[in-house]
Amino acid sequence: MTIATAFVYLLAAVLFIIGLKFLSSPRGARRGNQVAAVGMVLAVGWTVVLLRDAFTPAGIAICTVGVAIGSIVGTVGARRVHMTAMPQMVALFNGVGGGAAALVAVSELLKLAGARPDFQTGFPSVFAIVIGGISFAGSALAFAKLQELMTGTPITYPGQQVVNGLLALAILTLAVAVLAVTGSAVVFAVLLGMALVLGVAFVLPIGGADMPVVISLLNACTGLAVAASGFVLDNFALIVAGTLVGASGSLLTKLMSDAMGRSITNILFGAFGQVQAGLGSGAAADAKSVRAGSADDIGTMLAYSRSVIIVPGYGLAVAQAQHAVRELADLLEKRGVEVTYAIHPVAGRMPGHMNVLLAEANVPYEQLREMDAINGEFKRADVALVVGANDVVNPAARNSPGSPIYGMPILNVDEAHSVVFLKRSMRPGFAGIDNELLYDPKTVMLFGDAKESLTRLVAAVKAA
Amino acid sequence: MTEHLVVLITYFALAVFVGFEVISKVPTILHTPLMSGSNAIHGIILVGALLIAAHAQTPLEIVLGFVAVVLATTNVVGGFVVTDRMLEMFKGRRQ
Repeated sequence: MTIATAFVYLLAAVLFIIGLKFLSSPRGARRGNQVAAVGMVLAVGWTVVLLRDAFTPAGIAICTVGVAIGSIVGTVGARRVHMTAMPQMVALFNGVGGGAAALVAVSELLKLAGARPDFQTGFPSVFAIVIGGISFAGSALAFAKLQELMTGTPITYPGQQVVNGLLALAILTLAVAVLAVTGSAVVFAVLLGMALVLGVAFVLPIGGADMPVVISLLNACTGLAVAASGFVLDNFALIVAGTLVGASGSLLTKLMSDAMGRSITNILFGAFGQVQAGLGSGAAADAKSVRAGSADDIGTMLAYSRSVIIVPGYGLAVAQAQHAVRELADLLEKRGVEVTYAIHPVAGRMPGHMNVLLAEANVPYEQLREMDAINGEFKRADVALVVGANDVVNPAARNSPGSPIYGMPILNVDEAHSVVFLKRSMRPGFAGIDNELLYDPKTVMLFGDAKESLTRLVAAVKAA
Repeated sequence: MTEHLVVLITYFALAVFVGFEVISKVPTILHTPLMSGSNAIHGIILVGALLIAAHAQTPLEIVLGFVAVVLATTNVVGGFVVTDRMLEMFKGRRQ
């Protein structure tokens, strides 16, 4: 590596670190992303300059076409995606990075033409193939679950942990074989194939609600796979950038699971679905009755309240109802009703997701309150209007130690004088657990699509 | 083990600490954008993909190199653009 190259890569690494630093404060976040992007352009651009005399004819072709296709797919995907589908898009962009890391390692091993790699190359190669493969397949499955191409509920079967354990053991055996016995291409292919299977098997038993944590973890994994490819290629830019992501991603995974009040092992291996299957959501729902209200009644109730706290959830995001909810809030404010929004840390599908959606609808920043700031105020609120949220207001998290969400911090909606739920149906939330608050005498339900219900409420408030 | 390898391992070890330190105090609302932003940074694998693809000669190398470049570029470009879109919203509400 020439001195100039080393300096460019160093500059890129510094820009990545500054970028990450800015990204963790609200004021500098956007600039942080741009700073990191500049670092990336420098590193990639310089690499192209460096390679200018080394390109084979085929090399030029695949690099040009490949970058063009990747840029179009990336830009169009990122621009077109609805704000609500952001989490699965991040999963997808993460997965392809993991896949690329695995392929780079495979290509490098193939150059040995079957000879056994020395430990210095072999170990990071195998690591990049296995971890990159897991990240690719796991992210693809996370995408499928969040995009609802398949069920978001955990998929479990007897002996699942044992099967996954055996799979991991087989991968380990093959990895040792590569390092100690053979450099045959067949072995790499099988190794990559098994890593892909393990990636799928690993994410299958994890429920959709926990997917953000899984995506964050896979993000950290891809970072480490990239760092490993850096060792294979003897390139410190890859090592430093990949490791930065691996380390910060691991910490972020922990912060996220802390925000949900769960441990990482519980999320990954707890098989969330198993627990509630025993508790049964159906039986309880049949026995108790629910009070469904009309939009007119509820509109009048809202119009003559002193204070209303709106609790937006994923249902609001899905229905693209952020604009409708703001219209209702504006209308109520004009009538002198005090309106605030209570934002649960994991409202929507990822931490911070709901803030982004409401900001998109120009909801004033001062009206958004974080959970700890608003929980004391529900006691004073006349109405808590829950729009498409369920698990984050479920008192079971506070009251019933047997519940799988027990211990998760929730919004104390049950302390408000009355509670209005806008929900599509009685279907339980993402975690799949019944919510006793729905059957509380002070709760009124308004069934239907969140956006339509809100539009009806707007009309009702206008008429009141 | 060569001295050079030890130097590489040193980079790795130091980067672990920097990675932990740099995001130690991040508010919940920035978790998603931060994840997305760091996701874009591991797109640096594009450098690796280019190094591999540039020398491709056999059909197998060409296919692997091509796929790696496409995947890595998607990671980089998509990652930065999607993060910027998220953060655009944060700026908007301050005006």
